[in-house]
Amino acid sequence: MRANRRLVYAVVSSGLAIVFALLVSAVILAVSGNNPFEAYGQMFEYGVRVDSLASAVNRAVPLYFSAMAVAVGFKMGLFNIGVEGQYRIAVLIAAAVGAAIALPGPLHVLTIILTAMAVGAAWSGFAGYLKVKRGVHEVISTIMLNYVATGMGAFLLANWLRQENPPGDLVIKTPEIPQSGRLPSLNQLLEWVGLDPGRVNLYGMAVLAVVAGFGFHVLINHTRFGFELRASGASAGAARTAGIDPGRMVVLTMVISGAIAGLVGMAHLLGFFHRYTIDFPTMLGFTGIAVALLGRNHPVGMAAGALLFGWFDRATQILDLRGIPKEIVFILQGVILLSVVVAYAVVEVRIRAAESRAVTGALRPGAEDES
Amino acid sequence: MSEANGATAPGSIPPEGIGGKPGPRCETLGSAGSVRPVSLAIELVGITKRYPGVIANDRINLAVREGEIHAVVGENGAGKSTLMKILYGMIPPDEGEVRIRGEATTMSSARDAIEAGIGMVHQHFMLAEQMTVLENVILGAEPRQGLKIDFGEARRRIEEIGGEGALDADRMVEELSVGEKQRVEIAKVLFRGAQILILDEPTAVLVPQEVEELFVSLRELRERGVTIIFISHKLDEVLEIADSITVIRAGRTVATADPRRISTRDLAELMVGAELPTAETRLSTVTDQVLLQAEGIGTLSEDGDRWVIEDVSLRIHRGEVLGIAGVEGNGQRELVDILMGLRSADSGRVLLGGEDITGMSTLRRREAGIGLIPADRHGMGLLLGSPLWENAMLGYQSQPPFARGWLVDGAGARRRTEDVVDQFDVRTPGVEVKIHALSGGNQQKLLVGKEMLATPQVLLASHPTRGIDVGAQAAVWESIRAARAEGLGVLLISADLDELIGLSDALMVILRGRLVATVDPGQVTPAELGSYMTGASQ
Ligand SMILES: Nc1ncnc2c1ncn2[C@@H]1O[C@H](COP(=O)(O)OP(=O)(O)OP(=O)(O)O)[C@@H](O)[C@H]1O
Ligand SMILES: [Mg+2]
Repeated sequence: MRANRRLVYAVVSSGLAIVFALLVSAVILAVSGNNPFEAYGQMFEYGVRVDSLASAVNRAVPLYFSAMAVAVGFKMGLFNIGVEGQYRIAVLIAAAVGAAIALPGPLHVLTIILTAMAVGAAWSGFAGYLKVKRGVHEVISTIMLNYVATGMGAFLLANWLRQENPPGDLVIKTPEIPQSGRLPSLNQLLEWVGLDPGRVNLYGMAVLAVVAGFGFHVLINHTRFGFELRASGASAGAARTAGIDPGRMVVLTMVISGAIAGLVGMAHLLGFFHRYTIDFPTMLGFTGIAVALLGRNHPVGMAAGALLFGWFDRATQILDLRGIPKEIVFILQGVILLSVVVAYAVVEVRIRAAESRAVTGALRPGAEDES
Repeated sequence: MSEANGATAPGSIPPEGIGGKPGPRCETLGSAGSVRPVSLAIELVGITKRYPGVIANDRINLAVREGEIHAVVGENGAGKSTLMKILYGMIPPDEGEVRIRGEATTMSSARDAIEAGIGMVHQHFMLAEQMTVLENVILGAEPRQGLKIDFGEARRRIEEIGGEGALDADRMVEELSVGEKQRVEIAKVLFRGAQILILDEPTAVLVPQEVEELFVSLRELRERGVTIIFISHKLDEVLEIADSITVIRAGRTVATADPRRISTRDLAELMVGAELPTAETRLSTVTDQVLLQAEGIGTLSEDGDRWVIEDVSLRIHRGEVLGIAGVEGNGQRELVDILMGLRSADSGRVLLGGEDITGMSTLRRREAGIGLIPADRHGMGLLLGSPLWENAMLGYQSQPPFARGWLVDGAGARRRTEDVVDQFDVRTPGVEVKIHALSGGNQQKLLVGKEMLATPQVLLASHPTRGIDVGAQAAVWESIRAARAEGLGVLLISADLDELIGLSDALMVILRGRLVATVDPGQVTPAELGSYMTGASQ
């Protein structure tokens, strides 16, 4: 009963927040001289096409990993702002490794993925180490490590990891990963059920995202580690008394968060780019924070949030073609986030009150007189 | 106004309540009214706190005269704290009226209550741990000089309030003992000029000497005209300090009583319908097998210039309860922390069953069979926002029935928690409930019960019955005795000297971090023990 109520509140408040965000965006569109109804109409029309939906999923997959990376930290009160740096350095090194080795299919892909996870874990774990041993707050260290990752990535790429370009090709990039190190698309699956995604290739990583979401749920709610994680987040003192080593938890959590962050870039790398180039998507780490907030660190909530962000990202492409500034999508995303956070705070208070009432209600079952 | 006193209709007395046998010398609310002077400081009329499906406070009436000390008693979960929170404006009542000095008052926050001259010291302290005493006391009521906080003035007033026993205003609250924290809480309230003082179980954390000190200052405050509402489960204290008593049961006012004319026995019967328990150990079950042993352990203070615990040696045998008597803050917490591995020993060794465990982690110690009932249940014992079953699991998360390898055994954990709830009479609708929704005493019952059912070899128990009502206290004592007969070794730290003397097979006194005396619990009187604890006799 209580869990249901929570779900209803969550869905209703998120829904209201989105409606509110659409209204605000409509005003912004109108003020900037565009017809909001027309714009939304076009977005919707374009957005529900099969290729758009597939593309929305593709855009959602990295965001989902990014959100989970952030959420693991949130569960114990750690704020990993460094997902951005972690995934970027991870994808660069994984791309270089993937291009440098030759292995049979699945093993090749696996090596690339594990490399990315290891690099992300190390990058993030270092911030954990700094917190435990040196008392550096993780927000500070992860922000700093973002800069280091950017700088170091550029240096590594320019000096060691780039391929020799033919004359005239000015794009700096790593060598291409051979066929065996690529993840096949899921398009055949779509065609099999009678859907045609056109030129869009539905990323194979979507499958891993689903698996990871399930794994996230199991890790947090059904393992000892997950319990210790939540306990540490809820009360450091009680956790310590229970024999949970706070330092170990911080490092472990950052390592796990970083390993998940390492997966953020994999969808684009294995499914589309097949190499790291300077125009590889950025900002996925920061958007992930927004998705984690929107989805309240819940695997299903975050999936919904990621899909929503992915869909808006895709659907607003059409606005550009129709002469409406595409930047409106950023505003839209920002407004959604803000309204969701506000709605969340308001709803949380109400949930708590309702729960308290329900408890006392059940306590003296003799006096059942109202709902 | 007089109808407020008589508002408890006969029908509203619960059938399982005092029944046809009201305590011999207890008065009904109505009859008490006749001797009452007109000036009432507080009058709660028909206060009801209704939740979906239930009434937590059920048309409660409470009349407190100006300048009296009024005790509110009742079993765990009776609704005392809830009622006080309503009086203090923290939660709104659904029905009923709060009258302050005859005037109907609606308060929607503690701020309103403070403006109405009401101050409250909670059952669980609400202090900013990372701030100094001074900062905590003045927080939100800073005396100002222009835009600046006038610290000098604040300091003067704190010293004035504290009298001779004033606390060092510059100490960090996190370093204070529980007893000291309480004094900060009281100072905080008085600093705001409270004329009505609500104390929710203030003596639970104090040893008798401190209780006496508290009572002296409460009487002094009464002289100054302060009205005090006092909640306690220690009935002899209630009889000593109170001018009148209101008994609450299952959310209803059951009776008022005159402390001069009622015995603790009758009062206990009014409260819980049970006889007053005695903490008396019958047969000795002590063996000569040493379970836990400390050899000359010591630990330095943070800045390393002082021993907080110095050269402490003790042995806990199989089947033995070793009591540690002492005023809170004399090293009890640190002693337990060292034995539990929460603090490293700067000297000495800890042995479990002859094996050196000085460097062993807390988790390994728990797995090796050392159980712990922490002194500070909110800070160290509970996850307030988590369900009961997760709280029961805390500390045992690596062992069955709570865990299966690396996985949490949800079903096993819930079953065990249900057993705790049943056997220790934890009043809760179920094990999925978040523990912050339980009354203080019921939270404590869960903490004790989960340790007892885990059947440790050694139990380090700090104030195991703190905040528990007299009925449930008997059950806890009984379960400790039963486990002791099965071979459990207990280190018992308690502020309740009757509990210490009654349960312990051996008794040591801790003073300024050292064990200064060993006494025979069969011979010693509470008064003698008290003088050892303050260092008066040595
Ligand atoms: N925040 C809350 N949410 C739900 N129920 C609550 C809440 N606070 C109290 N209750 C319920 O109301 C009842 C009365 O609780 P209260 O804390 O007033 O008891 P109490 O008389 O102070 O008990 P104790 O002696 O154990 O402190 C309890 O059964 C408790 O479960
Ligand atoms: Mg209470």
